[in-house]
Amino acid sequence: MSVTISTQDDAAVAYLTGEIDHHTAAIIRADIDEVIEKQRPKMLIIDFSAVTFTDSSGIGLVLGRYKFMNAVGGKVRVTGLDSRMYKVMCLAGLDKLVALEKKEEKR
Amino acid sequence: MKPINTMKLILESRSVNESYARAAVSAFAAQLDPTVEEISDIKTAVSEAVTNCIVHAYRDMPGKIYITCEIYENGLFRTKIRDCGCGISDVKKAMEPLFTTAGEERAGLGFAVMESFSDKLRVRSAFGKGTTVTLEKHISGR
Repeated sequence: MSVTISTQDDAAVAYLTGEIDHHTAAIIRADIDEVIEKQRPKMLIIDFSAVTFTDSSGIGLVLGRYKFMNAVGGKVRVTGLDSRMYKVMCLAGLDKLVALEKKEEKR
Repeated sequence: MKPINTMKLILESRSVNESYARAAVSAFAAQLDPTVEEISDIKTAVSEAVTNCIVHAYRDMPGKIYITCEIYENGLFRTKIRDCGCGISDVKKAMEPLFTTAGEERAGLGFAVMESFSDKLRVRSAFGKGTTVTLEKHISGR
């Protein structure tokens, strides 16, 4: 698991790689929150394109960042979800809070 | 009905072991020739169960997690994830979607996810003694 965060203008993009579970979510969360804290972006994009596994910790991660961004007056967008992750996040009602975007899947 | 193959695993309740637990269980299930989707389902359900042991049962204190896997002739895969932690006083409540006692970083969806990614989920818990989660999945195979 790794997270790379790039910021441009008022937006921060967090590129997640590998597996997200309760263990790795804690590390990702700390890294993203540090950037929100320091740079106060208006938009946080969390990109799941290179995520190979996630359980409900991924939902907690997005939900927590939504709350943090909401508190500092920013928005969250989630990109690169495969259809499985997208389904689980909708199941949790995340689609009502943040913009969820699926990745283009090869068929 | 007797299983045709079994596997037992004992892990310490450290979050770093979560990935090993789901990888080990899914590697054992691989002999049933599951689809990628079926393997993902097993991995996800096991990950939730093991996380529950660490976060809830042992509350981040050291403890042991006991995992048993059984394979049956008809393609049934059964895994039991057991802890000797605090137990659940109200299993029905704990299984409600969005219910959590672990603060806002947990979505409260562990059991809901386990339920939707397995064919059968059974939770037995004794308050103060521990919890056993049994997950069953029929592997249709490729």
